[in-house]
Amino acid sequence: MNEQQRDHTAPPGAMRVALFVTCLADLFRPSVAFASMALLERAGCEVTVPLLQTCCGQPAYNSGDYEATVPLARQVINLLEPADYVVLPSGSCAGMICHHYPRLLEGVWRDRALELAAKTFELTVFLQEIARSKPQPIQPPGFPSVTYHDGCAGPLRESIREQPRHRRAGPCAGRYRGQRNAAGRSLLRVWRHFQAKMPEISGKMVGDKLNQARATGARILAGGDLGCLLNSAGRARRQGDGIEVRHIAELLSGNLEAPPIGEGT
Amino acid sequence: MELRSNAFLENAGEALHNTAQAERRDMIALFAPLLRSAAIAGFDGFDNLRQHVKRVRQHSLDNLYHYLAQFEQEAVHNGNRVHFARDGGELNSIVLDICQQHGARRIAKGKSMVTEETGLNAFLQRAGLDVMETDLGEYIIQQAGETPSHIVGPALHKSAGEIRELFRNKHDLGPRELPETGDLVSEARQVLREHFLKAEVGIIGANALIAQSGYSMLVTNEGNGDLCANLPRVVIVCTTIDRVLPRAQDATAMLRLLVRSATGQSQTCYTSFYSGPRRESDLDGPLETHFVLLDNQRSEILAGDYREMLECIRCGACLNHCPIYASVGGHAYGSVYQGPMGSVLTPLLTSLEESHLLPNACTGCGRCAEVCPADIPLPDLLRDLRHEETRKKLSATRWRQGLRLHAWLARHPSLYHRLTAMIIPVLHRLGRRRGSFSRLPFAAGWTSQRDFPTPQARTFMQMYQAKVKQRDEQ
Repeated sequence: MNEQQRDHTAPPGAMRVALFVTCLADLFRPSVAFASMALLERAGCEVTVPLLQTCCGQPAYNSGDYEATVPLARQVINLLEPADYVVLPSGSCAGMICHHYPRLLEGVWRDRALELAAKTFELTVFLQEIARSKPQPIQPPGFPSVTYHDGCAGPLRESIREQPRHRRAGPCAGRYRGQRNAAGRSLLRVWRHFQAKMPEISGKMVGDKLNQARATGARILAGGDLGCLLNSAGRARRQGDGIEVRHIAELLSGNLEAPPIGEGT
Repeated sequence: MELRSNAFLENAGEALHNTAQAERRDMIALFAPLLRSAAIAGFDGFDNLRQHVKRVRQHSLDNLYHYLAQFEQEAVHNGNRVHFARDGGELNSIVLDICQQHGARRIAKGKSMVTEETGLNAFLQRAGLDVMETDLGEYIIQQAGETPSHIVGPALHKSAGEIRELFRNKHDLGPRELPETGDLVSEARQVLREHFLKAEVGIIGANALIAQSGYSMLVTNEGNGDLCANLPRVVIVCTTIDRVLPRAQDATAMLRLLVRSATGQSQTCYTSFYSGPRRESDLDGPLETHFVLLDNQRSEILAGDYREMLECIRCGACLNHCPIYASVGGHAYGSVYQGPMGSVLTPLLTSLEESHLLPNACTGCGRCAEVCPADIPLPDLLRDLRHEETRKKLSATRWRQGLRLHAWLARHPSLYHRLTAMIIPVLHRLGRRRGSFSRLPFAAGWTSQRDFPTPQARTFMQMYQAKVKQRDEQ
């Protein structure tokens, strides 16, 4: 199996990007991964998908099992370091590689982790700041209004705040509804220990988040971290909330064929 | 206080069902960060000062025993007596001995988290002393028989109505109704004033010890610390050894960060430096003054992996910005210190066995570290404590083994992809119509509060590999 499958349609001299789709997109929402590919290709990148990718190791790491995480982190470094750039459609997974691999590893592995970190980006940051792609105006008439949920790993670890809003200028121009409580960007991490270990508390937090989103009057709640979105969508379904939950990559790519997260066919 | 941290989930459940208090917490969680950010926005160079103070604190801790010795020498020179207490019990005994030497019966006490840590009030009361907390918040919770819910605002969990009811039960109000909040404050002030005048011993805390001068620094908004320190004949300052700083300007630099981070003020109403007993030329002041400096695990923390926690300046900003603290309130933590700083400190001061749930009360959102004026990487320290929890096998076996299995599978990509390619389509077929599962056997915690979204038809890797294969065949 060829690990670095190239998309041969890319123009010569294009930026070579390895896409790490993240385990959640792989398992639960391939449409996010395909949308990310489409966006990167549209931005003129040559996209490869390393076939031996699985998970960045956050579940074990966040629960405190560093011993189980170290070999996985080394495996990810081995897999991704040949690329010019590594892009992930998740702020928390990008943060794992950029900030936590160097913290976790030692010696030569730490050096390699730092080198990888220097060329690893969350999707919207990469599109905005590295590829400098122009958002495509693909706004259909009557496109619903959107509110954006800042995943907590985004603004803090990756300084992702303006990029997704800027990108939104594409499909959702004029449709953005800010959330009232700017300080309450929240905190709906999933696939880590918290939702499962302390469900009642996280239930309150995601309930509050949905109240804020609903108060904007937006039809779509978008975000850049599938973990947060699965949590929000699951809670919205439980409450019978009408708000649609989608990953920002799907909105930006303009391909909304897949039903929103948590909704049936 | 009795440690109840391993009942965190039960405590939190109770707190979540108390809707009136939950609404108060939501309000505080909304306003406290706004106050802080407004104070910092109006103050040039907060981040530079933060880095400066961090270096000073690191230097002080690197040379802790040197500066402690200098402080002791200078404080003794100023006429103080300096005592070192290895643990809470020692501090309590030293304080009781001093009170008994003076035949004291009434103690006026300023706010001090250190004495909460040692359980001083209960200890002195058991010995027959009349101890009265004089900080309004501390006074309220003392009357209510409760513990602080917040290191800065110990009675923030109480509404004015609840405090009015408390005073009705505890004070002899006669026909007075105390309709306004101001009336409640006046009522407490009246009771406290009498006690200040009668107390033989005053006990206060300290925000910093200044090695160069042998002074202690204390900030309050009520001035009660100064009354405790000036009216009684004897004053005892109780604090911990890690509060020592080299110079007065280091203490005031820290103060600029502390006050803005704690309450959003640019300065507290009262900032006092205490030098020692009354000198011959002084008109007033105490006749005898003591410092009791508590270690209680600080030396161990200093020598270990969590020493950055000793740089904490007790502002409470991490509590005010923590979504978990906002959701469940301070009492849920079942410990003296709450929120992110408490979840690091409690296991270090007690044991991880007794408090290992606290480091799990964290989503890793990082707001605490972002606002911490001491720049302490709280989420990292909390994760490191979870690492210890894992190594000591304190977390549930099923949970630990499940995550280990997942990490092992992730290290075997072919197997991982084959397995997930079998499971995901099944899950999809089961849930595609509804779009989500309301119950899943392996995710009971998750589905107790929310549905579990159904995966799309196949895994990305299945679809992508099929696409690659198709292309290769062409």
